[in-house]
Amino acid sequence: MAVLETFYDVMRRQGISRRSFVKYCSLTAAALGLGPEFVPQIAEAMETKPRTPVLWLHGLECTCCSESFIRAAHPLVKDVILSMISLDYDDTLMASAGHQAEAILDEVMEKYHGNYILAVEGNPPLNEDGMYCIIGGKPFVDQLRRVASGAKAVISWGSCASYGCVQAARPNPTQATPVHKVILDKPIIKVPGCPPIAEVMTGVITYMQTFDRLPELDRQGRPKMFYSQRIHDKCYRRPHFDAGQYVEAFDDEGARKGYCLYKVGCKGPTTYNACSTVRWNDGVSFPIQSGHGCIGCSEDGFWDKGSWYARLQDVSGFGIEASADKVGMAAAGVVGAGLAAHAAVSALTRARYKGDDV
Amino acid sequence: MSASDRLLTDAELKGTNLEGLHARPLRARRLLTVYVYEAPVRLWHWVTAASIVVLAVTGYLIGSPPPSLSGEASSHYQMGWIRYLHFAAAWIFSVGFVGRVIWAFMGNIYSREIFFLPLWKKEYWKDLLDEMLVYAFIKKQAKTVVGHNALARTALFFCFTLTGLFMIVTGFALYSDGTGIDSWEGRVFGWIMPWQGGDLSTHFLHHWGMWVIVLFVMIHVYTVSREDIMSRQTLISAMTNGYRNFRDDRPD
Repeated sequence: MAVLETFYDVMRRQGISRRSFVKYCSLTAAALGLGPEFVPQIAEAMETKPRTPVLWLHGLECTCCSESFIRAAHPLVKDVILSMISLDYDDTLMASAGHQAEAILDEVMEKYHGNYILAVEGNPPLNEDGMYCIIGGKPFVDQLRRVASGAKAVISWGSCASYGCVQAARPNPTQATPVHKVILDKPIIKVPGCPPIAEVMTGVITYMQTFDRLPELDRQGRPKMFYSQRIHDKCYRRPHFDAGQYVEAFDDEGARKGYCLYKVGCKGPTTYNACSTVRWNDGVSFPIQSGHGCIGCSEDGFWDKGSWYARLQDVSGFGIEASADKVGMAAAGVVGAGLAAHAAVSALTRARYKGDDV
Repeated sequence: MSASDRLLTDAELKGTNLEGLHARPLRARRLLTVYVYEAPVRLWHWVTAASIVVLAVTGYLIGSPPPSLSGEASSHYQMGWIRYLHFAAAWIFSVGFVGRVIWAFMGNIYSREIFFLPLWKKEYWKDLLDEMLVYAFIKKQAKTVVGHNALARTALFFCFTLTGLFMIVTGFALYSDGTGIDSWEGRVFGWIMPWQGGDLSTHFLHHWGMWVIVLFVMIHVYTVSREDIMSRQTLISAMTNGYRNFRDDRPD
């Protein structure tokens, strides 16, 4: 029976040698920030544990999380994880469609009740009873609630599922809502990013499969191993920040010399993610390395926090693009002028007062 | 004018250190002096004032850094120093704030005034209105006060005490970005950022807090100078030597 296969069985069946398998285990341990003593543990888990079914649902989304996931850098990760996890339902990737696909969903939910992992990409829109996102003829929010009820844990893939992302940006007409505000009774792991880094996604799944528990999460529910430091903390341009060397415009000398992108709005100092360490596309590069500031895509509400090219978010109600500093300066000017006027009137009344009494 | 604060005559200067001088041009008077701001309060005031100047300047520069420097990165540490000064001044401000709270329990009754408003007292509202009328040039003078007048106390409470506390709390939350989410700053203050809608929002609000304090400092310096000249008591010297002089003895 396919469902009782272990990861190792699958790997061997796919023609992966024992040597490559052990290499993969070492790489995974390193990726998860674990010491070499965990390698045998990972190997043993892969060899003995039956695969946990993963049901992957798609709500209001752009599918960039899936695009990222299937491009997981290391070939082994791509080939193995994808077939290794028993990805029993993923309407974008699976061969079957329509009624057949929905039948698998029901079957897995029943057979593995309380034991499968629910991975959610995108989020449910709640307005108009969820009619803005229909899956198989029914609102997505209904499917989400139904599948979540029997899940062991829920993974929120990407910023949509974790925070709402672009479809939840103001004024949010469909009332797109992050998963943790809809599913209240299950452990939820947020893996934010637009999209999240492929190795981060596979790393989270591998950890859960190997150790049969959730990775250690931070206050917001993100795995600490990937989201406990800012882009800024490990950025290779950080020395230029500390020195006071910035790109002032995208075509200046500083840009050519690779100075810090802080002044052109880099959100690295406020963004928790692993881009500056893991990087993208097999470690080739990441936004800052290619000369553009971080846009903070893995942070809550990044669409609503002002320009990607400004340090601070705009102040609404004071003109189109007033910054906090412009408003503050203007207020200081008004207060200063007011104080000067007040002082002048005070001096006049004082002059009169002296005449009266002394 | 009451008898007690009338100008002295030449005869009355006899036997004093002013004996032999003409009383009239000196406008010599005998007036009441009270000790109001104890030494720890005064020390705290000026240390806090200095740290606010450093914090506002360095904080502004962190948000809007000076023009880019050229040359090798290894030969500069400009932003490093700006941030170091900001954090050092922030620690001084914070420790001072905590010390000031402790002193509120140990000091005289005037040392407690900036930490709460006596909203339940009718007198507070009357004094507040009176003080506003004075600043609107409708009333000539308000009553004398030993500590802070009602308007000053209200402004201090909101613009300094509450805003200062907000800056300390958000400041340590932002500081935990650098020290890590498992540092004590992260554990104690880290919840602030998700609660305020993310790291960037906290930066934004911390930036606004600076402008509130900058405007408060402008108004504070003006009103203190104005009161020192025009009101019925001294203010600036009260915060340097602790003693407040009343310019008349009239009961209010």
